[in-house]
Amino acid sequence: MKLVKFLILGIAFGIILTKSEALSWYRIHEMFHFQSFHMYGLLGSAIATGMISVFLIKKFKVKTVTGEVIEIKPKEFKWKASIIGGIIFGLGWGLTGACPGPIYALIGTGSFAFVVVLFAAVIGTYVYGAIKKKLPH
Amino acid sequence: MQTILQPWPWYVTGPLIGLMVPLLLVFGNKMFGISSSLKHICAACIPTKNPFFKYDWKKESWNLVFALGIVIGGHIGWMHLTNHETQVEYRGNAIDKSVFVNPIYNDMSKETSLMFYDWGITQHKEVSPEQVFNFENLLNPVGWFFMLIGGFFVGFGTRYANGCTSGHSIMGISQLSPASIIATVGFFIGGLISSWFMVPYLFEVL
Repeated sequence: MKLVKFLILGIAFGIILTKSEALSWYRIHEMFHFQSFHMYGLLGSAIATGMISVFLIKKFKVKTVTGEVIEIKPKEFKWKASIIGGIIFGLGWGLTGACPGPIYALIGTGSFAFVVVLFAAVIGTYVYGAIKKKLPH
Repeated sequence: MQTILQPWPWYVTGPLIGLMVPLLLVFGNKMFGISSSLKHICAACIPTKNPFFKYDWKKESWNLVFALGIVIGGHIGWMHLTNHETQVEYRGNAIDKSVFVNPIYNDMSKETSLMFYDWGITQHKEVSPEQVFNFENLLNPVGWFFMLIGGFFVGFGTRYANGCTSGHSIMGISQLSPASIIATVGFFIGGLISSWFMVPYLFEVL
């Protein structure tokens, strides 16, 4: 039952991804060709909202609904991994027009070919795990 | 209702996406991110001795439930909250290349619509071009590049960078994490190379 809230938040996020057009392959390429402000406005306002939220949570030491202390763990700083991994993901983002969230949402819209994309992404994750030690981080 | 069935403006949906950050923190003490679910699927489904995948994935199952919710949300958003009438009204043709009508995206500029036309994409009924993303294409290089290699890069790259657009660009930049800012720059470098060079080249040769 503890997991129901994550299902509900996931459903909300899936609907927003669809209605915001963020899962559109067309919107992604339009963004990379700087032909519309849409995706920049979307990402920018999402980041601004997230940033203000994190700031307020830290400043007022907001607790969770069950009274726990909220933990915002810092992300490990590995600049080589960030830039190289980031570029590789970016190449895939352009090809598929989808980052992981939209891949799930696209399957929901009935574009079942994205099950193949999800499968390939799982394999990609697996291969990264297998050769992790040989890669610069 | 008509307003709901149209695409929602970015200044409404952007802040709603951003609100996922505090909602997950306050309701579940979890940090927003999706690509980890790919790792949990590996840990749950693929037997391996690799310590990278040897952990109790059930403790992270919230992330998989969240991903399942996104699938359901995508279904509701597309099937029940989208006006599909524009599908039948598709007016594009070879002479007037400027008209592009898609159920969730119908205000495309002439410039953008011409770009897709030049790439050879002429059908726009689905969220993604159905000429590219379909099961038959698994038998030819179009599918190998756009679905298999593209998907592989998404999985490999997000795990290498330790996050995707949600985990790094939204959650990470919200907490002013240097790793996330660098990763986001990487996402855009890769995306620009892909969108300006790889994708047009592939459409030309395939």
